[in-house]
Amino acid sequence: MTTSAKRRNLALTAPAMVYLAIFMIAPLLLMLYVSFLERAQFGGVQWGTLTTVAYEKLVVERDLLGQLAFNTDYLSIFARSFKLAGITTVLTLLVGVPTALYMTTLSKRNAAIVLFLITIPFWTNLLVRNFAWILILRNDGSLDWVLQTLGLTHEPLNILYTPLAIGIGLTYSFLPYMILPAYVALERIDRRLIEAAFDLGADRWRTLRRVVLPLAMPGIIAGAVLVFVPCLGAYVSPELLGGGKSLMIGNLVQAQFGESRNWPFGAALALVLVLFLLLALASLALLKRRSALRLS
Amino acid sequence: MKAEHNLMVSPVNRVMAMLALVFLYLPIVTLVVLSFNANEVTTIWSGFSVQWYADVVGNDAIMRAARNSVIVATVATLLASAAATAAALGVARSTTAHRTSVEGLFSMPLLVPEIVTAVALLLLFVIVGLPLGLTSVVLAHTVFCIPFAYYPIKSRLAGLDPALIEAASDLYASPWRRFVRIELPLLAPGIFAGALLAFISSLGDFVISYFVSGPGSTTLPVYIFGMIRTGVTPEVNALSALFLLASIAAISIAFFVVRRLNEGNNAAGGA
Amino acid sequence: MAGTDQPQPAVRLTGVGKTYPGASAPALSGVSLDIRSNEFFTLLGPSGCGKTTLLRMIAGFESPDEGDVLLDGTSVVGIAPNRRPVNTVFQSYALFPHMTVAQNMAFALDMLGQSRDTIAARVAEMVRLLRLEGLEQRRPNQLSGGQQQRVALGRALAPAPRVLLLDEPLSALDLKLRKEMQVELKRLQTETGITFVFVTHDQEEALTMSDRVAVLSGGKVMQVDPPVTIYEKPANRFVAEFIGDANFLPATCVALDGANAVFVLDSAGADGAQLQVGDAASFAPGAKAELVVRPERIALVPPEQGQLRGEVRTTMYSGSDLMLHCALANGAALRVRLSGAVDAATLQGTVGFAFKPDAVRAFAA
Repeated sequence: MTTSAKRRNLALTAPAMVYLAIFMIAPLLLMLYVSFLERAQFGGVQWGTLTTVAYEKLVVERDLLGQLAFNTDYLSIFARSFKLAGITTVLTLLVGVPTALYMTTLSKRNAAIVLFLITIPFWTNLLVRNFAWILILRNDGSLDWVLQTLGLTHEPLNILYTPLAIGIGLTYSFLPYMILPAYVALERIDRRLIEAAFDLGADRWRTLRRVVLPLAMPGIIAGAVLVFVPCLGAYVSPELLGGGKSLMIGNLVQAQFGESRNWPFGAALALVLVLFLLLALASLALLKRRSALRLS
Repeated sequence: MKAEHNLMVSPVNRVMAMLALVFLYLPIVTLVVLSFNANEVTTIWSGFSVQWYADVVGNDAIMRAARNSVIVATVATLLASAAATAAALGVARSTTAHRTSVEGLFSMPLLVPEIVTAVALLLLFVIVGLPLGLTSVVLAHTVFCIPFAYYPIKSRLAGLDPALIEAASDLYASPWRRFVRIELPLLAPGIFAGALLAFISSLGDFVISYFVSGPGSTTLPVYIFGMIRTGVTPEVNALSALFLLASIAAISIAFFVVRRLNEGNNAAGGA
Repeated sequence: MAGTDQPQPAVRLTGVGKTYPGASAPALSGVSLDIRSNEFFTLLGPSGCGKTTLLRMIAGFESPDEGDVLLDGTSVVGIAPNRRPVNTVFQSYALFPHMTVAQNMAFALDMLGQSRDTIAARVAEMVRLLRLEGLEQRRPNQLSGGQQQRVALGRALAPAPRVLLLDEPLSALDLKLRKEMQVELKRLQTETGITFVFVTHDQEEALTMSDRVAVLSGGKVMQVDPPVTIYEKPANRFVAEFIGDANFLPATCVALDGANAVFVLDSAGADGAQLQVGDAASFAPGAKAELVVRPERIALVPPEQGQLRGEVRTTMYSGSDLMLHCALANGAALRVRLSGAVDAATLQGTVGFAFKPDAVRAFAA
């Protein structure tokens, strides 16, 4: 390639790159720096001294005598977030992969229609979709109304403002994130491989286990990561459906920039989320390489 | 066209798929249906009414928030589309290393949890001293609009016969005229699709807007959040349903327009 | 070029070489050839031989690492494609899908700033020349393959370029259409008087259409000659094998008499068959050679009258001719093509093969 062509290519990508460097990378680096600062008294930060106080706050706290004591408050929030994210991921896998499989059995036209139907919720407002669940799950909401009308229950189920409600909301929000990558991965599999498996005597289940799933694994795992990581940092579902009682990491972060006014701590929490994202991406890359090696 | 016989057909998959679709649309349908409930207690049906919709439309604060959302979405989309189109062209005939670094950077707004991006941007604006208003929201939205605008353009560009660009040069077009007469028209469906995706994402964004908007620059999702926090009222219901239906309409239009553009302007392979 | 009455070649390549980064072998090396005005010149070779690279260098889409490319005596290396008086018909046609047939054909003249009337007249001329009447307002995706091809031709011819480059333009067409277009292209070249440089891997196509053919292999020019010469007097083993059908017989030179040499076939056995070959002055006694003879230049004769003897193993009938797969006395395979009816009796037992001296060529082994 000539140098003028190279320069032209760089010039063309420059606006977008520079913009994201300023408004994506720089803010993250800034956040990293802030996480090592001390909070100022009325919100904001004290510039200058670097300290790990914010990170320590995750696991320990100083009592009135200045002694360090192990603090599980935040850890329990982390644990809850992991649990909910994990359960959500599993649920979306259980529902999403069969759905994607079903879509591969459809004609091109029907598959496109189903894909379209699944994509629509993906693009509508998350807030509004979770609000709909409030209507359904609240006491004497739609769900209670249906169950009581059918005579299956006699009292409100009290689902709203529990971790269960959050789980439902999360699963609902992130289901398309699982179906789409899974479908793409499954659709790509050469049908002849499946035919060959059947030809050699495997039944549907075996073919699924030994041929289809291993080949689609990279896509499915990508879907799982796309569900798990955002779930960890979810804000809307726990805020709307958890009622302030079951905090997840996202709510905790928001609080630091709201009432609690502890920016370094909020930054530290956000960075922990980024850390988990990086871990997830690294494991994804590792799994991809391993499954590629195994298949070759 | 008959579906090719797929050996993996199974009733289990079918049931799950139906379940998934029902699960995905149940809340939407519920929301819309209940929005027409005349009763103030939203979940006990007492009759059909569009009163709440009228209340919504007559509410100045809501209309202002809606207007803010549209302004932000429009500006962010314009900025993002321009940057994304240039980037797609720059990457198309470049090295793999270049493309990987560009797309890696573009993937960040999509992979990093929204709350992290929101917090980081807030810190940036505060430190830099930018007051939180429409400008800050536009700047923040452009960040995630760029990747949304980019991928459809890239996809469209990849599907174009490279000989088309060469043919233009071969037939005496200068680089600028080649861009205006050939590349841009051929890219148009992709640019349009990307712009639509960016616009819809911006309209619907909540978390980032919540953190970087200030009083007077409230966007519609942020306003709705405030209303929900106060309490579940029929107005919220109607507003939410309205928003939902508007999004669905926008996406459907986008889908069909892009499909029509792609068919009528079929550039696949040039033959 | 003082003192010569040879007109300037339309295209001249001198010592052109190019290696793509990361490639193990050069795409082109030491390529020198002249393409004359008003000539139908073909670049022929198997895929990967560099013919397309060469074409693109003339068009300006590739630059040589070494050597020079000249149009009408002026070097054009470094000059962008949009400033060369050269136009290309692409293999995929590359018709602008968002423009009509007329707009496609008008494009170059539009870029050159011609008046609307001039453009309209020229487009009408092209439509007539390529028999596209009635299709002017159609979009490319509303045309058949053959029609698209003609539009691509019209679009490239409209600006009356100095040289027209055609990159395997007929490969996407079915056989019948391809044959028709071959005639059509020849007619166009004669009528317009424009130099055509045609790239193909189909040697039959090259031989029927061209004034001269350049055979390429592995980035090097093997031979540049009119079709008859290429066929009858291949310059080396590659050309002999690539063009037409040929038998290769390993042999050793035993005697040299002026330009004629006498060869004995290897492992001749008790037969000791000797062949006299003309135009073989480069061979000395003892030198190894490969003798090349085309199947249709071999006659079937009674064993004692032939220079070689053997048996007919298999016969393959294909309507216009009969292909005999034979084995010589020394075990070597020989293919013979006979046309017309053959008496089966003459194919039995030991048969003799006869050929004129100029039907055999010798290449160093």
